[in-house]
Amino acid sequence: MLLKRVHFSGSPIPYIFIVPQLLIIAVFFFWPACQAVYLSFMLEDPWGLSSTFVWFENYQVLFSSAEYLSTTLFTLVYCALVVFFSLGLALLLAVKANSVIHGQSAYRLLLTWVYAVAPAVAGITAYFLFNRHIGVLFQWITQTGWAFAPETNAFDASVMLVLVSVWKQVPVNFVFFLAGLQGISKSLREAAQLDCASGFRRFWTITFPLLAPTAFFLMVINITYAFFDTFGLIDTLTQGRPGGATTTMVYKVFQDGFLGADLGLSSAQSVVLMVLVLLLTVFQFLFVERRVHY
Amino acid sequence: MIKQTLGTLALSAMALQSFATTDIEWWHAMGGALGETVNTMAEEFNASQTDYRITPVFKGSYEETMTAGISAFRAGEAPHIIQIFDAGAATIINAKGAAVPVQTVMEKAGYDFDINDYISGVRYFYADANDTMVGMPFNASTPVLYYNKALLAEAGVEPPATWEEFETVASKLKANGHAALSQSHTPWIFFENFHSRHNLQLTDADNGFSGLPTKLMYNNKDLSMHLSKVKEWKDKGFYNYYGSAWGDNQTPFEKQEVAMWLGSSGSFGGLKQAADFDFGTTYLPYWKSVNENAGSTFIGGAALFAMNGHTDEEYKAVAAFFHYLTLPETQYFWHEQTGYVPITEAAYELAKEDGYYIANPDAEVGVKQLSLASGEWTKGYRMGFYVQTRETIYREMDRLMAGETTVKKALQAIVKDGNDNLKRFARTVK
Repeated sequence: MLLKRVHFSGSPIPYIFIVPQLLIIAVFFFWPACQAVYLSFMLEDPWGLSSTFVWFENYQVLFSSAEYLSTTLFTLVYCALVVFFSLGLALLLAVKANSVIHGQSAYRLLLTWVYAVAPAVAGITAYFLFNRHIGVLFQWITQTGWAFAPETNAFDASVMLVLVSVWKQVPVNFVFFLAGLQGISKSLREAAQLDCASGFRRFWTITFPLLAPTAFFLMVINITYAFFDTFGLIDTLTQGRPGGATTTMVYKVFQDGFLGADLGLSSAQSVVLMVLVLLLTVFQFLFVERRVHY
Repeated sequence: MIKQTLGTLALSAMALQSFATTDIEWWHAMGGALGETVNTMAEEFNASQTDYRITPVFKGSYEETMTAGISAFRAGEAPHIIQIFDAGAATIINAKGAAVPVQTVMEKAGYDFDINDYISGVRYFYADANDTMVGMPFNASTPVLYYNKALLAEAGVEPPATWEEFETVASKLKANGHAALSQSHTPWIFFENFHSRHNLQLTDADNGFSGLPTKLMYNNKDLSMHLSKVKEWKDKGFYNYYGSAWGDNQTPFEKQEVAMWLGSSGSFGGLKQAADFDFGTTYLPYWKSVNENAGSTFIGGAALFAMNGHTDEEYKAVAAFFHYLTLPETQYFWHEQTGYVPITEAAYELAKEDGYYIANPDAEVGVKQLSLASGEWTKGYRMGFYVQTRETIYREMDRLMAGETTVKKALQAIVKDGNDNLKRFARTVK
């Protein structure tokens, strides 16, 4: 106790160590975030030659727009689907890969493969796979009798996008779940095996609760992924089409700000997005994390 | 011969390297083969004289190039020349102090400048209310109809000049087992050029030329009739809709799934490489019932703007490059390589004298269409935040074709969004 106090008292060294990190956060996060908040109250000409303070007008425009509402709804549904399927599938694969005895590393390698693919590259790959004229997956899907038309059908385009987003995220989740599974001690598993014959029940009563911290961490990561990192996929695969049906909130920020040069409206959307993700994260830590035992 | 001269010039250029050269940068959106042509032209310009050096920089799509230019301008690092596309014209021309008019740059540097040297369809598109040319038209194209000669001959039909004729042609093609048409750019072809071809007004304030418009006029009976017909054609199997992406609608024509395709006159070169069948080119069809004397269309593509905030010496370099670009030989080279139309009368004459159109009659269709009778509303349009309005048009077209909305509702939604964008933009201009 005494030792600890002596060790840490008044020394500036720890602060010096974290300064670079704090600077990076300040320059690349806090400063742009403050700029976004400031711009969200302004109506500016694209070149920055004139600007007017307009109070909450940009927010008013957003919240009275039916398109923005449907974009928000799509983002939430899309996020829920991507998180659910990429976590579920990764868990299943991790449990199966963990019980493989021979060639485990080969399985692991193959399942982790996609992790190294950048979202934009994944999007372009998927574009070719689902292409009407040359796509292998397109042919398989149409052979089942489904008149698959992601260019014109909102449902088909959404299915395609969810599928690709899940495919891209499963490896990350897989790696973490597998590590989590291997962290469960052998003695616990053996004891469970003696007490309970049903593998299914063993999984839900012993393994899954022990994996909960990992699962919770992954859920936070996956929500962030579905909200932000899927931008590259959408931009290369659907551009938010058809009929704006696959436009997520981040993609709309890009469309209005980077393509349309309307910085005020685009900044207001960034602020809404920031608040939404903040609320979601707070909600998770308040209500979901309580059920997690470390 | 020209190459030899250029070679000698290049050598002498090297010999004179000790003299100070003025460097200028040109940000453009021409990728692939177009980008190579741009580089060739820049190299030739650099080799042709010793005072100036231009460096072309590829910045991505039209939108990305504009955004890059905007960010650079805000940071005080604007390039000397930037390529801005048709839908972004209002953004740069209305911003006082973003660009220096081309005409001013040329006149100050001592070049003779006459706007009437430019072909009529191109002349005023990037000009201001006083007919001063602000942006120099660079890659100018216009929508034309491409048709598969064999498929049309099989059905015993000629390419349609009007949409009325199209209906008969399409039903014969359909009877022969072919869909008649696909189309690659709904806002450009079915909205903007629909109005220009029929000489219909697009917005108040003279299509945005005499002031900042606040009223989009797309909700009119003629466009409403046209879109209802398009939907009807889709349901009948005359028109195939493959979504909003350009390529998704062009490929079916190349694969002979549709007999005709509405695209850009600038698509000619690429199409020639991709299609292994004989195809022809003709004017964009019009409705006889709307305007019997249908005339000129708008240009699409982009223009070059001289950005504000550089030195006199640098503007001289910009002027010298613009002068080089408008030389008939340069324009002819560009026209021949890319399929974009020559922008000056002199270049057009040169191509004719050279017999280019005898060997390639299709290459002349775009220029001829732009030289058709011009009307009150064929000069161009200038609409603020029009990129967003185009996005709404794409969106509503997707929904209309999927049967999720009606023509009436779609046009109402487009006009509402469009008006909001116009009004919002008007408030940013001071």
